[in-house]
Amino acid sequence: MQLEFSAEEESFRLEVRSFIADNYPADIRARAEAGTALTKQDYVTWQQILHRQGWIAPRWPVEYGGTGWSPTQCYIFEEELTAASTPRVMPFGLTMLGPVLMAFGNDQQKQQHLPSILDSSVWWCQGYSEPDAGSDLANLKTQAVLEGDYYRVNGSKIWTTYAHYADKMFCLVRTGNDGRKQQGISFLLLDMDDPGVEVVPIITNNGLHVVNQVFLKDVKVPRENLVGEEGAGWTIAKYLLGHERTVIAGVAASRQQMRRLESIARQERSNGESLWQDNRYRDRVAEVKIDLLALEQTNLRVLGDEAAGREPGPEASLLKIVGTEIQQRITELLAEAVGYYGLPYDRQVLMQGWGDEPPVGPDYAATLMPHYFDWRKSSIYGGSNEIQKNIIAKAVLGLG
Amino acid sequence: MDYQLNELQQMLQQSVEKYIERDYEFATRQQLAETELGYSEQNWQQFAELGWLGVPFSEQQGGFGGGATELMVLFESFGKALLLEPYLASVVLAGQLLARVGNENQIENSLAGLIAGDLKLALAHSEPGSRYQLSRVACEATGTGTGYHLTGHKALVLNGQNADQLLVSARTGGAVDEPHGISLFLLPATTPGVSIRGYRTVDALQAADIVFDQVELPADALLGSADQAFEHIEWAVDQGIAALCAEALGCMEVLHQATVEYLQTRKQFDVQIGKFQALQHAAVDMFIALSQSRSMVYLAANKAAAPLPERRAALSAAKNFIGRAGRKLGQSAVQLHGGVGVSDELNVSHYFKRLTAINTWLGDDHHHLGLYSDGMAAE
Repeated sequence: MQLEFSAEEESFRLEVRSFIADNYPADIRARAEAGTALTKQDYVTWQQILHRQGWIAPRWPVEYGGTGWSPTQCYIFEEELTAASTPRVMPFGLTMLGPVLMAFGNDQQKQQHLPSILDSSVWWCQGYSEPDAGSDLANLKTQAVLEGDYYRVNGSKIWTTYAHYADKMFCLVRTGNDGRKQQGISFLLLDMDDPGVEVVPIITNNGLHVVNQVFLKDVKVPRENLVGEEGAGWTIAKYLLGHERTVIAGVAASRQQMRRLESIARQERSNGESLWQDNRYRDRVAEVKIDLLALEQTNLRVLGDEAAGREPGPEASLLKIVGTEIQQRITELLAEAVGYYGLPYDRQVLMQGWGDEPPVGPDYAATLMPHYFDWRKSSIYGGSNEIQKNIIAKAVLGLG
Repeated sequence: MDYQLNELQQMLQQSVEKYIERDYEFATRQQLAETELGYSEQNWQQFAELGWLGVPFSEQQGGFGGGATELMVLFESFGKALLLEPYLASVVLAGQLLARVGNENQIENSLAGLIAGDLKLALAHSEPGSRYQLSRVACEATGTGTGYHLTGHKALVLNGQNADQLLVSARTGGAVDEPHGISLFLLPATTPGVSIRGYRTVDALQAADIVFDQVELPADALLGSADQAFEHIEWAVDQGIAALCAEALGCMEVLHQATVEYLQTRKQFDVQIGKFQALQHAAVDMFIALSQSRSMVYLAANKAAAPLPERRAALSAAKNFIGRAGRKLGQSAVQLHGGVGVSDELNVSHYFKRLTAINTWLGDDHHHLGLYSDGMAAE
């Protein structure tokens, strides 16, 4: 057993770190560190910087534009990106659709879409959930009826992250009603500016607009936009959900938030001292830090298996459950750290920061409680934590 | 043992429940929250007509002669309604403090107006560096011979921007965290040198940071005896805690009911999701939290007038328990609603946010755990 990173891996880490230090634009960094909303352009700018370096899709095979790094290097890379508070690389094209096209798409689809995913010139969104198909995704009702060279698509998708930024959507649609629900599902690509596509904002409990409901009314989708066979949608979706979950554990992001928490707690006052000196508070931070260490070690162990060539199994579900629970506890500790100054709410400040206005309370306080509210979503999205427990009960424990 | 409300309390309960049902629907409340004032002056006048603004004051002072139990009755309904009007700030905290320590003149000039609905008050006590510690007061009032100069910064003054008069705590003696040496002053919000920066809070209420810059006060601005205000402030905050606990209970009732209804109607995998045992157990945990919170609300109301340290232990226990129960119940309500549970459109989000904010107001669960635990060590 070798639980430490090797010297080569550590020097790789330094290479990544210095690249970020030299190339991360200061204005985006300032917004990201303050926790205020990033713009579409912020995300795209940063992704294009990584692309120019050839680092935008490290996990892709080299022939498609990947880096050829080991799983451990990929992990170190992602850890450094997060530690430097860089904008999250949007997963829709790079982590979700890209691998799907490589596994299930035809040559024409790969040629058409992979380059624009790599250079971030096309923003994708994911059309999975529907009002009556959440945890029971196979219950989806959006119909795609083949009429000559086109599918006519009718239905509605919900919780669609950044649909209002997106140029295109990959979605699950129903092409057949026979047999098990899962059998009649297909995987389709469509243009967001096609006639009949309407994006309606959903405001979440932090007052911000990130997710949407997308209505599809008689949208004509060319037949060649079908990925894989008709009816293969469920197989593709399961393949893709596995990919999403390993990203969701978020160890590096949680470590970054723990550093932020410590910095804030050192500045806050309690009984005339810094809050960090208050044992009652710090002990609770310590407990979360230990839980995060256990998660990190588990994550590395799974990574070790991956490096040894074993496929990730249902551990992905474990990482998702524990990872999101820890993220949520950190958002609680952060909101609590600032005491009364967690309460003032200003939507403009969440969007753009305080600007020239003097902040109400410490400048780091305004985003913390809205973030706590918002992050309740993490145990719901990507397959709710209840569903993840069902998966472990069934697939690992042989129950049910 | 008697856990029943008396006849007058029952009448008050019927009156407030009827009002909330008829005039305070969620959609109306949401529209009200978006207005510039953030609540309804018309509602406030109606509270005055219904006699609610006088509930905790003695008949001699022009009130209803009620106490913590009557306030409990009101606040449980306020919680169900997500009430926006500044009752807690104006009546429970500032009003009761004024009624307790004010002289005849101050009571006649201010309390009568409050009860009649003509005047609103706010208590300016917490400060940027005080966190929840009530005895930490850095704001200073120095004697000038003819009165005082008031200087300092007050944080999160509930309803500070809509108050006509402010009750302000300031140090006239003692070290910065000493209970002794704190005095209270009553002054018009428009006094020169008072700068008020108002803002909304996450629960759609209103608060303000207020800066006092060499504010000149006459000698008769002093409220009660100099240096002796701490025990009265602690008492008023305890009345506020009891009221907030009852309000949290009202929020929890709505969340619990909404969640059970959702489990009964939402279908996935061709069945009501309430058929799944994992979700049933989560709903049962919510029920247990709600039921025990009710017990703690009664305890808080019952001990709100008790002497220290009995009052301290009971009120801190209640605030701690309800802070934890409310957090757990609120989080479960969101989780069991799935995606819609985090949408702004659904009432669940707003009850969840109010419950979270209630935990913060007047000291969070950890603060009160500390007070309770310190009390155990001192026994």
